Amino acid sequence: MKYLAGVSTLQLDSGRCTGCGMCAEVCPHGVFAIADAMASITDKDKCMECGACENNCAFGAIRVASGVGCASAIINGMITGGEPTCGCGPNDSACC
Amino acid sequence: MIYLCIMAGAEKTNGGSCCASESASASAGCRCPQNEVSGYINTKAGLIAKTSAQLYRNDYWGEIKSRLSAFRNNYAVVAGLYAVGEPSEDSDVFVSANYKLSFDKLRSALAGISAWILVLDTKGVNVWCAAGKGTFSTEELIKKISETNIDLVVRHKKLIVPQLGAVGISAYKVLKATGFRVLFGPVYAADIVAYVNNGYKATAQMRTIRFNITDRLVLTPMEMLPILKWYPVYAAAVLIFFGVHGTGIVFRDAFYGGAPFLFFGLVSVFAGAFMTPVLLPFIPFRAFSLKGWMVGLMAVFLAIQSFSALPVSLKVFVYLFFPAVSSFAALQFTGSTTFTGMSGVKKELKYAVFAYVIIGVASLISLIIYKSGVL
Repeated sequence: MKYLAGVSTLQLDSGRCTGCGMCAEVCPHGVFAIADAMASITDKDKCMECGACENNCAFGAIRVASGVGCASAIINGMITGGEPTCGCGPNDSACC
Repeated sequence: MIYLCIMAGAEKTNGGSCCASESASASAGCRCPQNEVSGYINTKAGLIAKTSAQLYRNDYWGEIKSRLSAFRNNYAVVAGLYAVGEPSEDSDVFVSANYKLSFDKLRSALAGISAWILVLDTKGVNVWCAAGKGTFSTEELIKKISETNIDLVVRHKKLIVPQLGAVGISAYKVLKATGFRVLFGPVYAADIVAYVNNGYKATAQMRTIRFNITDRLVLTPMEMLPILKWYPVYAAAVLIFFGVHGTGIVFRDAFYGGAPFLFFGLVSVFAGAFMTPVLLPFIPFRAFSLKGWMVGLMAVFLAIQSFSALPVSLKVFVYLFFPAVSSFAALQFTGSTTFTGMSGVKKELKYAVFAYVIIGVASLISLIIYKSGVL
């Protein structure tokens, strides 16, 4: 299953990449491939912008705008003019 | 009871005098570990609560309730360190969230293995959601490593974190701060034994998240229920609309005029929040709003066949309004899938919100035309 094409903000800076393979390890959609000590993006449209790769790239080679991907959160953001939010802080219990 | 809580992690899940009495433990937000804790094991860091890999009727009943209602919002275990089996100083440490469903999935997957479970305080939210929200985080893991004195409990420097936790946990930062090496395990707890036997290497298949029909089906009750909460308001509006005339209130009209619309309301929610998620890959279009609209349109077409006597203005309303309701309901499902990203939802919403406003206005006009008695 794939979502809309050509929207993912995922970017790989091959100048900083060391080919350690961490991005390929954490990606739940198999977006990265490692060859010749270098990572590459195989299919950007598979990316769901979860941010696991950026969070675990020790070399700062990956950039992706990750965030809450649910419609109600983004509508909240549109109304308040801020970032998409579930309307609850990290101290609330509900996953909304 | 207080003793149990202190031993299992010295932390209250949600405030209040947790576990002070049976009645307090039954109240919302406070869940004592007595169901999960089966004893204690002595270590250099003190007594550690033991849990079993065996789930009981209560655990399964809890899973069902958390799939069907807001019960899931308070389904937590006490954070801290737990033992499964008879773990030693060399046993593996698996990191989990304090959502009881996540904890249960992990411990039941560890049947036959002796291991430690390090439960982070994620406010009762599952690993992936909590990682996205910032509670299943590098900071929280570092904090729990020090709070539980886990370096006294095990001799090695290795923690196994579920792969989806990588959204919140940065392995290189944890290594730098604590000396513990984070290994990202498989996406699914069920693959843990295979992962360990494979020399702590996950295959490409273990690394990939799925979203099959069962995964989607279990999510549908919590897609429908939040929308159906508004159903009484909707029903009241329908009855008022058909019952109130210039000459007064006619209850017979309220019911006979309103009944088809009460039915269409249910049909449209069912189409958008149940049929669309379940049939997701088989419905054309990638945008969820279009998928939902299409399923809603077909459902409304079938539903309206029994009410062929509706005036034209109301027919127009039905075809405008109800597929849009399905579309909106389907759009909410973007928050539950394993493959939709924020940029996509933002793009889709830009068009969808505009369309909803237009459709809303057109629907209103068709109702005014009906009330004026022209069509």
